[in-house]
Amino acid sequence: MKQQIDTAELEGEIRGPNRFRVFLGRLAREKPLGIVGGVIVVLLLFCGAFADVLSPYAMNEINIVDRFDPPSWKHLLGADQAGRDILTRLIYGARISMIVGLGATSVTVVCAGIIGVPSGYFGGKLDITLQRFVDAWLSFPSLLILLTIMSIVGRGMLQIVLVIGILSGIGWSRVVRSAVISVKVNDYFIAAEAIGSPTIMTLRRHVLPNIMAPIIVIYSVSVGWAILAEAGLSFLGFGLPPDVPSWGGMLSGEGRRHMEIKPALALLPGLALVVVIYGVNMFGDALRDLLDPRLRGSSE
Amino acid sequence: MGNYLIRRFLLIIPTVLMVYTIVFSMTRLLPGDIIDSMIQRAQRSGGEIDREAMERFLGLDAPVYIQYLRSINDLVTRGSLGESLQTGVPVTKLIFERLGVTLELGIIALIIAVAISLPIGIFSAIRQDTIGDYVGRSLSIVLIAAPSFWVATLILIYPSIWWGWSPPVELVPFLEDPLANLKVYIIPAFILGMAMAGTIMRMTRTMMLEVLRQDFIRTAYSKGLRENVVIIRHALKNALIPVVTIAGAELPVLIGGAVIIEQIFSLPGTGRLMVDALGRRDYALISGINLFFAGGVIGANLLIDISYAYLDPRIRYR
Repeated sequence: MKQQIDTAELEGEIRGPNRFRVFLGRLAREKPLGIVGGVIVVLLLFCGAFADVLSPYAMNEINIVDRFDPPSWKHLLGADQAGRDILTRLIYGARISMIVGLGATSVTVVCAGIIGVPSGYFGGKLDITLQRFVDAWLSFPSLLILLTIMSIVGRGMLQIVLVIGILSGIGWSRVVRSAVISVKVNDYFIAAEAIGSPTIMTLRRHVLPNIMAPIIVIYSVSVGWAILAEAGLSFLGFGLPPDVPSWGGMLSGEGRRHMEIKPALALLPGLALVVVIYGVNMFGDALRDLLDPRLRGSSE
Repeated sequence: MGNYLIRRFLLIIPTVLMVYTIVFSMTRLLPGDIIDSMIQRAQRSGGEIDREAMERFLGLDAPVYIQYLRSINDLVTRGSLGESLQTGVPVTKLIFERLGVTLELGIIALIIAVAISLPIGIFSAIRQDTIGDYVGRSLSIVLIAAPSFWVATLILIYPSIWWGWSPPVELVPFLEDPLANLKVYIIPAFILGMAMAGTIMRMTRTMMLEVLRQDFIRTAYSKGLRENVVIIRHALKNALIPVVTIAGAELPVLIGGAVIIEQIFSLPGTGRLMVDALGRRDYALISGINLFFAGGVIGANLLIDISYAYLDPRIRYR
């Protein structure tokens, strides 16, 4: 009886809400920069989620009399060439980056799973074929192929999220595949196969739970890449439509012609990008090191 | 080694074929017919195009699989990537006219990246967890986070406001006046190089740290060798092999970066050609450029793998 209670307590220790607190403790102790990154990520999510409430003006509100206004109480960071409040546009930019970052990365993870799991699980000819397909996609310089596909599907948020997500997912499927292969050598997997467990059952009960760590890692590491890719595409005019306040888009197009008059137009959106990418990467790296130290090698 | 080479070469064939198929099918997925847009353009300038004759001329009247086989045949027998829809000039000619600019930009950028990142990466590793290490690591993180199009924009805007200075843009051939030529390239290449430097710096540090923990390094120290000798002769040599491999894998990043940098600094390279082609929806040219660079990346990866196998005998016998 005593034994059972102990196990239950232990379970609670490992699985209960404490697990999150333990994790946060480790994060703070081992990766202080990860905490800084985490704070930036939380700020981004907060700004993105409450952009309507936080920003002093509406997204594209034009007050032409305020054109190029310097920072003041009316416009905390000044106004742009159309008299739009720069702070407002930066806050809405956070929402854009948040949607692209989370949306594209979710697509990435699903796509990496759809290619990587069967490739690793079934192996053989399917694996060889899928991997040559992945090789081929990885041979294209990513910006070139992103530009090409965006010019085919046209500008827009849905397109951006899908295209960035799928392309990055094809690359990451390699990591999922090798994670699945490393599960296959374990005794519990061999035992499940031996008792004739159906494929779906094996995948759900044995494979998926054991590849969660690399999947979370993929999620956290590719958010930054997705945000940067969107900014680059919008900067070149192939991302979001010009009226959408994407940080990358704000650095090009109409704004670019007025940067010499108002250099803040060049400085602020880029600064926002750098801070967010820094935060997301730091947080992602910390998560990766704590969750799956095997992946640390290549980019530390 | 021979066996390894043969296997590695054979592995390329399906990849190249797949790359080709992807690009070919992408151009078939385009919204709107290519001929539609040609007819519209001709009408605007007062001309007339006979649809069927044009289809026959471009070979678009044949079934798709025949077109596919035909274009593969063109590529294999004549090395042709097709002709630009806009001008009718062969795509390969257009690419090679512009390739020099991109190559020079890329090579200078790579030199700058290595010159910045290796010393800092090595220093970070041998003085691990000192202030110098933290400064180096923070620098690499900032370099990775700062998008090159932003840094370039700042360099174009602020000096011109403060001192009325802007980077030179008039391109002088290298052989005519090397100095004037380098002056044009140095700033764009520096920005492109910095973006790569962050990644290489982090990799160098990790690899050095790994090598420095090995027994043969301890042996070298205990023989009484000076630190310089141990670091350069023993550690660096071993740490650099994976760094070179992964730096080679950065080639696609370099090509993508060149597209943005050439656009900002109005350098007439292949990246600019690509953006122009996209603007004019010249899909023959777009797919040609994609194929060309994908081929380049496959070739570079092959070279890296071969040199890796040559440098590290363990690979060959796996």
